[in-house]
Amino acid sequence: MKIIIAGIGKVGASLTAELVADGHDITLIDTQADVLERLCTQYDVLGLEGNCATMQILKDAGAAEADLLIAVTDADEINLLCCVTAHQINPRIHTIVRIRNSEYTTQIMEMRDVFGLSLIVNPERSAAWEIERLLRYPGFLTRESFAKGQVELVEFRLEAQSPLAGIKLKELPSIFKTRVLICAVLRGSGITLPGGEFELKAGDRIYMTAPARELSGILRRLGVITHKVKRVILGGGSRISFYLAQMLERDGIQVQIIDSDRERCEELARQLPQASVSCGDITDPSALEREGLSTADAFVALTGLDELNIVMSLYAISQKVPIVITKQGHIEELRDIISGLSLGSVISPKQLCSDIVVRYVRSMRDTSGETALTVQTVAGGQVQACEFMIGPGALYKDTPLIELNSKIKPGVLIPAIFHDGTVTIAGGSSRYQEGDTVIVIFTEAKNIQRFNDIFA
Amino acid sequence: MNFKSLGHFTALILFIEALLMLPALILSFVFGETRATAAYLETLLIILVLGGVLWLLSRGEKADDFYEKEGLACAGISWIVLGLTGALPFFLSGEIPAFIDAFFETVSGFTTTGASILSEVESLDKSLLYWRSFTHWIGGMGVLVFLLALVPRGSRGSGFTLHILRAESPGPDVGKLVPQIGRTARILYLIYIVLTAIDVILLAFDMPLFDAFCIAFGTAGTGGFAVTNAGLGGYSGYVQWVTTLFMFLFGVNFSCYYLLLKKRPLSVLKDEELRFYFLTFLVSGLIIALWIHPAGGNAEETLRASFFQVASIMSTTGFATADFNLWPTLAKGILVFLTILGASAGSTGGGMKCIRLQLLFKDLRSNLKRMIRPGRISLVRSNGKAVSEGVLSNLRTYLAAYVLIALVSFLLLTLDGKDLTTTITAMLACFNNVGPGLSEVGPTGNFGSFSILSKLVLIFDMLAGRLEIFPIIALLSGTTWRHK
Repeated sequence: MKIIIAGIGKVGASLTAELVADGHDITLIDTQADVLERLCTQYDVLGLEGNCATMQILKDAGAAEADLLIAVTDADEINLLCCVTAHQINPRIHTIVRIRNSEYTTQIMEMRDVFGLSLIVNPERSAAWEIERLLRYPGFLTRESFAKGQVELVEFRLEAQSPLAGIKLKELPSIFKTRVLICAVLRGSGITLPGGEFELKAGDRIYMTAPARELSGILRRLGVITHKVKRVILGGGSRISFYLAQMLERDGIQVQIIDSDRERCEELARQLPQASVSCGDITDPSALEREGLSTADAFVALTGLDELNIVMSLYAISQKVPIVITKQGHIEELRDIISGLSLGSVISPKQLCSDIVVRYVRSMRDTSGETALTVQTVAGGQVQACEFMIGPGALYKDTPLIELNSKIKPGVLIPAIFHDGTVTIAGGSSRYQEGDTVIVIFTEAKNIQRFNDIFA
Repeated sequence: MNFKSLGHFTALILFIEALLMLPALILSFVFGETRATAAYLETLLIILVLGGVLWLLSRGEKADDFYEKEGLACAGISWIVLGLTGALPFFLSGEIPAFIDAFFETVSGFTTTGASILSEVESLDKSLLYWRSFTHWIGGMGVLVFLLALVPRGSRGSGFTLHILRAESPGPDVGKLVPQIGRTARILYLIYIVLTAIDVILLAFDMPLFDAFCIAFGTAGTGGFAVTNAGLGGYSGYVQWVTTLFMFLFGVNFSCYYLLLKKRPLSVLKDEELRFYFLTFLVSGLIIALWIHPAGGNAEETLRASFFQVASIMSTTGFATADFNLWPTLAKGILVFLTILGASAGSTGGGMKCIRLQLLFKDLRSNLKRMIRPGRISLVRSNGKAVSEGVLSNLRTYLAAYVLIALVSFLLLTLDGKDLTTTITAMLACFNNVGPGLSEVGPTGNFGSFSILSKLVLIFDMLAGRLEIFPIIALLSGTTWRHK
């Protein structure tokens, strides 16, 4: 497809990488020539310098023949104008717009209709959603749902006292007494899609698929301490903090926000009547202590500075805060370092946002029903989990998975099959049929677009 | 330096060369030239073994670090390898007994120079004549661009291929026509093939089919190897006019043709470089025609001779219909100027390129203005758009390197003790990929009498000229090879 991306900040760059890998024709528009030059030499894309909201630039970028425009500049208004202008040139073009000003969030649906937008993304709001999910159901570092919420891919850290430490994967069923599948293990910075002989060690980060209804039982057996969250401290008063505080207030969770900027604190206090907002130097541990960090149920580091977030989270962990969540903007560049630190859950608004957009793009192209229904990125982008519908053209239907072992590319795994409304965690004898949905997990380097791509 | 990628790349280039040599092999069968057939088979064996070894050595995971320096080195290395292996059929068949001569001839072919060491060509085997002309066609658009058109799109980090396109395509600011580089390369080759085919058909009306193909290859690549000793002088006026037209057309930036296909003729007509190129062609042709017109001579013949030579030199093809060595000094002077000026950026032609001269002039003007009135903001514009300082500084570097290489090679050539006109024009004709110079290396002369050192210098000049200097200089620089 022909796609125009207007504005190359963090999200724009990450989208470029993902969409180029999917084989699309990408044209980038930005006002900064040096950023354009860097991306154009890194990826097979065309760059255009200028204001993306002008008719001339959009025409030059080929808006007349483009299928999709993704407007992700810094300014919401420019993004909107860009899409409106593009619609003038090409009424059939799909438009995805990033809107992040919180004043607009209440009118998102109206704006969508008025401006004819296909999708509005708000990375900060998505991040807040994700954090809220983790706080409401504590125990896992990340959770991704598939098959309309029936299967979950959860991430947890293996503690030394866990019954799983030192266990080989083939012994798992006897411990769980139910079908679970460990799809990926992150040890240090290296990811493995483990086989039966793989031995789990304390400190591993484990990605496991399990039916959603059995999660709480699994948690119990794992010895993961679940802890109902009643009081959360948010370090930093960013946009995410605002959205998150709003959501947590609704859940009846007590929120404390601490930020070093007095004006921002006053603004937040005005907007969030129930939250307690205080102004203090968040780089100073005593300021966090004053908020009662060591007795809080959760700490979320949400400033705009990745380094500061890491330091705050490390401190919170040292203070034995049960749940620590860290926001990171540049997750993939620092992936190796971050996974080496035990930072609790790491949330990347950029990654979330580009996942949403990539999912939309894939569904746009998906007229054949062959491309992925959902795409989730886990382990900081090292592993992708996709959900495929088995179409009439799928290979090896109704064959036991054990016979497919030699045919499937290495580093690709089918952990779950969704058949007739029930989920099976896949084993050697499982098979998929037309109309089923399967989950496919693979490491980053594989380029898997359609279900049949998983076969070598 | 990412040696694995470099090796992998060179292997691919070798395989492509083997593929491109097959028609010549088949022709040698058809014409029953047994010596040539044997030479081609031996060459193919050598190429395949060499390519296979490189392929095996560079097997496995390629590191992702493929940046400017790898792009430049790939371009430089693969062109040298092309020259060395492409020379083998001439050498192994014994038609050109000295390897250095065969190497010179082949590099001259691939770089679309058209400078020859042969004093006469008609005794050469036909399949070798074909290969000699076909190297022009391959080198015209570039074998790396051909590779880009063939190779499927890589995944992450695939933008690196832009470095290769930049290293091989002429012009100060090389870009893509469409977002995907593979499609850009395919579009360029499609335009190239269609134009060549039209040329072949038009020529075939009035000359043997074999000649039509060879002359069309020489025209399309703006090379200049002919298949008869008389050059193009022996063909009809019709053939000469057709060739004039196509030499001019192949000197035009190919993105103009793309814009025409996209039905945007206005932006083509407004293109500053195209206007400059056309005007220079017209004015030079008319002036030369006035100067060489003999009293009572045929006006059509004069115009044909003059415009043919102007198109030939300006597009850096180098065909000749007349011995312009005998023309008045002004006419020769204009031809030398056109030798340096060359064709348009993004064409198959060589030389400095019209756009560079335009930009250099504009840059000079804006700098002078700033000198006279400090604080004045004066931008260099091209087609109404401001040219970035990066492109301009690159341009100045290019000019400095151009002058430096020209001076050093000139001095090295003087060791041969030939007269100054021969020495200077030999260097200019090779460095700008034109082919014929003046005096001893004029349209009736050849480069055979130069010493081995001089031939090596000229080979270096031809490669530097075709690849726009930087890829070749990069090979000589220590920083290219350091680290890993």
